[in-house]
Amino acid sequence: MILEINTSIAIRWRQACKIEDIPENGGACVLLDGEQIAIYNFARRNEWFATQNLCPHKQQMVLSRGMIGTQGGEPKVACPFHKKTFSLETGKCMGDEAYQITTYPVKIEGNLVFVGL
Amino acid sequence: MTNGTKRRVVVVGNGMVGYKFCEKLIAKAPDFFHITVFGEEPRPAYDRVHLSEYFAGKTAEDLTLAPLDWYFDNNIQIHLSDPITHIDRENKTVLSHHGLSVPYDYLILATGSAPFVPSILGIEKEGVFVYRTIEDLEMMQSHAKKARRGAVIGGGLLGLEAGKALIDLGLEEIHVIEFAPKLMPRQIDQSGSDMLKNKLEALGLKIHLSKNTQEITGNDSISGMTFADGSKLDVDMLVISAGIKPRDEVARLAGLEVGSRGGIVVNNYLQTSDPAIFAIGECALHNHMIYGLVAPGYDMADVVATNLSKAATSESKSFVSFDMSTKLKLIGVDVASFGNPFIQEPDCQTIVYENKSKGVYKRINISIDGKSLLGGILIGDAEQYNMLLQTTINNLVIPKDPEDLILGSRGGESDGGAGVMALPDEALICSCEAVSKGRICHEIVKNKVTTIDGIKKCTKAGTGCGGCVPLVKDLVQGTMKAQGIYIRNILCEHFDYTRQELFNLVKINNLRTYDEVLDKFGKDDGCEVCKPAIASILASLWNEMILQKDNATAQDSNDRFLANIQRGGTYSVVPRIPGGEITPEKLIVIGQVAQKYGLYTKITGGQRIDMFGAHVGDLPQIWEELVAAGFESGHAYGKSLRTVKSCVGTTWCRFGVQDSVSFAIEVENRYKGLRSPHKLKSAVSGCIRECAEAQSKDFGIIATEKGWNLYVCGNGGSKPQHALLLATDLSSEICLKLIDRFLMFYIKTAEPLTRTATWLNKMEGGIAYLKSVIIDDSLGICEELEKEMQTLVNNYQCEWKEAVETPEIRKRFVHFVNAPEVKDPNVKYEPLRDQIMATDWNKVTA
Repeated sequence: MILEINTSIAIRWRQACKIEDIPENGGACVLLDGEQIAIYNFARRNEWFATQNLCPHKQQMVLSRGMIGTQGGEPKVACPFHKKTFSLETGKCMGDEAYQITTYPVKIEGNLVFVGL
Repeated sequence: MTNGTKRRVVVVGNGMVGYKFCEKLIAKAPDFFHITVFGEEPRPAYDRVHLSEYFAGKTAEDLTLAPLDWYFDNNIQIHLSDPITHIDRENKTVLSHHGLSVPYDYLILATGSAPFVPSILGIEKEGVFVYRTIEDLEMMQSHAKKARRGAVIGGGLLGLEAGKALIDLGLEEIHVIEFAPKLMPRQIDQSGSDMLKNKLEALGLKIHLSKNTQEITGNDSISGMTFADGSKLDVDMLVISAGIKPRDEVARLAGLEVGSRGGIVVNNYLQTSDPAIFAIGECALHNHMIYGLVAPGYDMADVVATNLSKAATSESKSFVSFDMSTKLKLIGVDVASFGNPFIQEPDCQTIVYENKSKGVYKRINISIDGKSLLGGILIGDAEQYNMLLQTTINNLVIPKDPEDLILGSRGGESDGGAGVMALPDEALICSCEAVSKGRICHEIVKNKVTTIDGIKKCTKAGTGCGGCVPLVKDLVQGTMKAQGIYIRNILCEHFDYTRQELFNLVKINNLRTYDEVLDKFGKDDGCEVCKPAIASILASLWNEMILQKDNATAQDSNDRFLANIQRGGTYSVVPRIPGGEITPEKLIVIGQVAQKYGLYTKITGGQRIDMFGAHVGDLPQIWEELVAAGFESGHAYGKSLRTVKSCVGTTWCRFGVQDSVSFAIEVENRYKGLRSPHKLKSAVSGCIRECAEAQSKDFGIIATEKGWNLYVCGNGGSKPQHALLLATDLSSEICLKLIDRFLMFYIKTAEPLTRTATWLNKMEGGIAYLKSVIIDDSLGICEELEKEMQTLVNNYQCEWKEAVETPEIRKRFVHFVNAPEVKDPNVKYEPLRDQIMATDWNKVTA
């Protein structure tokens, strides 16, 4: 019983934008509760991702403008500034550095995009 | 072979040579021998050559040649801290210090040497050390904690190594005392010694030559030294490094023949006076010579291992006197000596180069007939050592001007001296491991080993002193080239093609979007490497608006927003100002726009004006106003043509011979928007004074009385390179034709992100080949190149004009897609000289 309570922490879904606001195979930024969230429409994989918009390397609000792609099958985003890459699944920096970004769940309903905060 | 019939080999000594012998014997005849090793030291063999690195931070483990497991894995019985004390030749048995009695069929003495300690009064005092084992180093290290001034007796190779060790130990004052009138007396001449002395003294060592130590003073512990000339020196630590003494005690006891000054006498098979007993390394006296270097020791190990495994391999080998050439870095100073360094006129011709300000001394000895190199000395710069050594050993033909060997070719076409590819197959590339050129080439050609690490693994070349690694590198590259092995630089994990291959494939298949290319020729979902590379190919081929047809997200971030991202996440705006010519009216518009949107303005190096600090959401409005005033995109954000800089030429300048501004504007307008593997810069100068600095550009044009001279492949940047003259006295029309061909050929064949200078540097045949292609049309492609360029020129449209006029593109220029009117609140500015700057990102915390 206790286990069940612990595993079912409710995700608070927030409506972020419309599908067409995010370019296919790229990202864009939304403002939710004062937070900057980068949302990515990985159309080739038919997957959506969301992360913090801040690149932890130089504290720049730019990840949504980065190119997305894969490395060994793992989806990633590359920061436009110095091409640090981060896994869209785990938020881990895929280079040598120990940077970590926050990732958020995404769901699509109709033509609306929701982010779980 | 069964255990019972295995030959029993006992190795006395587990130093570098003893270890090498085991390694070679196992490699040659894995199951023929039962090997037992006795070592005096408590640890398995380690790299004594790099002993001083122990003080520079390496651990005993780092220096170990092979861990104990290696001996176990190879069924070698190893007994450490257990020297052999007695050899019973009659019963072919050895007796160890701990009382082990082991029979042998073959006995290998690899007992090495001990430091030679001269009998000086007081030598037994505390604080006096020898320098050979890790234990010696440990003792030195603990004593050095309370020592301030140190000295080394011995200015030879080992003595200077010991001096380096004292530096690493942190002593404040270090003296090197040498009995002879020069340093490294066995390797270098007086002038070389003088240069070396100057360099070492500049590094803080105090060198005393022709100095004979008489007494070591102090109570229990050393406090000073006195010399035969009556002088004194206060020191609290002393290292004796005055030479080596072969360890021949056991051999002597066993009645084997030894030399009058020590050393176990051996023949060309390294056999002692008892044919079942061999001696190798520093304990062996071959032809009245003790070899105190590791390379000949390894060679001896190889000779004995080869001969013992003759039954398995049918090979045999004998030891011939060994080349004592050596190269080392002493306290950061290159010192090398090769062949016969000392031979003098009239037996040879000597060429000496000396540069006291740089601390470089080079001497080469040439045969009387001027045809071969006999030997030489290099101090301060030993870069040419490997080739000089090979030239000497292999008796290679030397250049007509032999000084080219040490000075490099000064002008003319030839490269001076033969490269590594000219060496014969038997040339020894790695003397530590006795690896020939033929052996390395075999691995490259037959086994396709094409990396340095791979060569190290399979041949062991370069694993000893490491001095031959550059030579191995050249050999790998040269051999691959000679074999026509094509080194393909594929794009990334998603495309198994080079840029050039993809360029052609995209063209032939008429592909127009990144996704089409990825679907047809790639795999997975792309990345930040292949996306911009292919986007650039598409742009270079079709010159279509880069943000259309879903290509926007394949563009590098700057291209995606048609502006350069700057610190803070804002963008800079650079309108095109062809040739740097601008009307006052347009200048006013730039000023008004900058004022309206709060932008910082600066004149760029390319004769235009940059406006910084624009929010992404303001870009379309800014450009709408600029486009309305007649401006076009300057493509400062793209890998494309940037500017064509000009000087004023005949229109105003009293020296000008052609109208450089008009031509610069024509050139810039012709190639504007042209996307290429990397950015392109150009300039037109109106006369030979070259005020537009055209020779530092990817293509530069300089006016002559008769027309234009065209230069190509210049570069500023981190590695400046002058452009090379392609053609002279051209008409404007022909000049543009040649530039068309040049740029198109570059665009079609260069690797991604390669400037024209690097492209040319990598091009087989260099500028001569480039001339043959684009002037003489040797490939028959010039017409096609011109046609392709004309298509691109015809397709040009200002992409900012298209962007502001196309709603679907324009709407992407927002920071928050769910709040388009809100600007990024994290953007922060600070005042700077009446303008603004982005707040330093090291100070911003978001």
